[in-house]
Amino acid sequence: MDVLFHNVRELVELAEKENKLISDIMIEQEMNMTGRTREEIFTQMDKNLVVMEEAVERGLNGVQSVSGLTGGDAVLLQKYIQSGKSLSGDLLLDAVSKAVATNEVNAAMGTICATPTAGSAGVVPGTLFAVKNKLNPTREQMINFLFTSGAFGFVVANNAFISGAAGGCQAEVGSAAAMAAAAIVEMAGGTPAQCSEAFAITLKNMLGLVCDPVAGLVEVPCVKRNAMGAANAMVAADMALAGVTSRIPCDEVIGAMFRIGQSMHPSLKETARGGLAATPTGKALAAKIFGSAVKVD
Amino acid sequence: MKFTSVFDIIGPVMIGPSSSHTAGAARIGRVARDLFGKKPTWAKIHLYGSFAETYKGHGTDVAIVGGLLDFDTFDERIKTSFEHAKNAGLEFEIIPEEANKEHPNTARIVMGDDTTEMSVEGISIGGGKIEISEVNGFKLRLTGGLPTILVVHDDRAGCIANVANSLAMHHVNIGHMEVSRIERGQTALMVIEVDQNIDDRILHQISLIPNITKVSKINN
Repeated sequence: MDVLFHNVRELVELAEKENKLISDIMIEQEMNMTGRTREEIFTQMDKNLVVMEEAVERGLNGVQSVSGLTGGDAVLLQKYIQSGKSLSGDLLLDAVSKAVATNEVNAAMGTICATPTAGSAGVVPGTLFAVKNKLNPTREQMINFLFTSGAFGFVVANNAFISGAAGGCQAEVGSAAAMAAAAIVEMAGGTPAQCSEAFAITLKNMLGLVCDPVAGLVEVPCVKRNAMGAANAMVAADMALAGVTSRIPCDEVIGAMFRIGQSMHPSLKETARGGLAATPTGKALAAKIFGSAVKVD
Repeated sequence: MKFTSVFDIIGPVMIGPSSSHTAGAARIGRVARDLFGKKPTWAKIHLYGSFAETYKGHGTDVAIVGGLLDFDTFDERIKTSFEHAKNAGLEFEIIPEEANKEHPNTARIVMGDDTTEMSVEGISIGGGKIEISEVNGFKLRLTGGLPTILVVHDDRAGCIANVANSLAMHHVNIGHMEVSRIERGQTALMVIEVDQNIDDRILHQISLIPNITKVSKINN
């Protein structure tokens, strides 16, 4: 039961020393920790990938949440891409639409795979199924994408936090976006060090993001935060692949995220008492959905 | 190390919308039921912190009730668990509390049937992962990551050795063990993490050891 890496530095060093991918190291650690075979671990991750595929597909066909706050935006985005008018680029917008699709399914109480949480479940599959069309990966490489995301998420979860209630949205969508950026880099042929640069660049740009769900629902602004998390991941991956590096090392960015989360006011950590939840419209929506005023600090 | 598996991060497969407030809540309910050892006929579900503030929107209430009915995180029946509870003869009450607990996502479930009752407090620490922080007033830290046996017993000499002997006879290896008591000479609790799932026969034999009041388990 040995942990192979406790932080990103150890993870990258190990991959470089043994000339392996980040995903290889994650699979080895999982084998070490659980005593399960590579095949068993791979099969379980394949099942998670199937759930992600189905959620994206369902969302792209259009869903609506019970509250009526979210749904249908993934369809709008796909139609817009097909119109050929997209300014930010078809691939980027495809990632955004698929992230939105997943989170719309989640908001509608559909079946999803948490990555690392349900509220942030759109970013990793959204970017994966978008870059898939450009990079034409094998099924194995697609599964590896999830192991690479998981390796970085593992470090964040054990050294900081991954839930909005504990650390705000930076811990949730922030972590998801950074995990996705690292996995995109590996799939595109980048080095383990470039994976960590992409992770650091993404998370730096998500620091301080609060968790302020309107009416306490995982809908507003969560769905659009997943959209931007996906966009952030794509751009940061490109930056790292271009050779851009982060002046602040990856582990120190994670440390900063942790301290920011600790000093964040409880009203901004998934209590629906501050931020967007406490705006006049946020409060009115809450009252409309639950039939009474929601208390706000 | 709180998170030990890649599937704590990429997973669980679950019904939305929240891993901590829906999937974690379902798991707390399900572990509570495991610890109780059977379907309770009544339950009072106390919610604290973020659970209390946002349970309606996250389906925390239906998820915990679903867990008490032994539904897994991806079971579609979670959405309609209140109806299933009615059909299964489980009466429940959801009680949002003003008080704050140490962890923002805390639920305390007091449940029972005609003969016994039990209280279980659980916290949802993120990504669907949970810890059990209290059972019948005993503070503990139980992750459910390994199969675990809980033994409520009188605080008497030899109790711990007898239970350990019984496990040794069945070739069950103890990975980690904690013993706590509320007051000297009164009731005590053993929490024993073991390497393999335990069958009911072994639990029954432990329950026959003198001074043992109750034995329950969580299989992995």
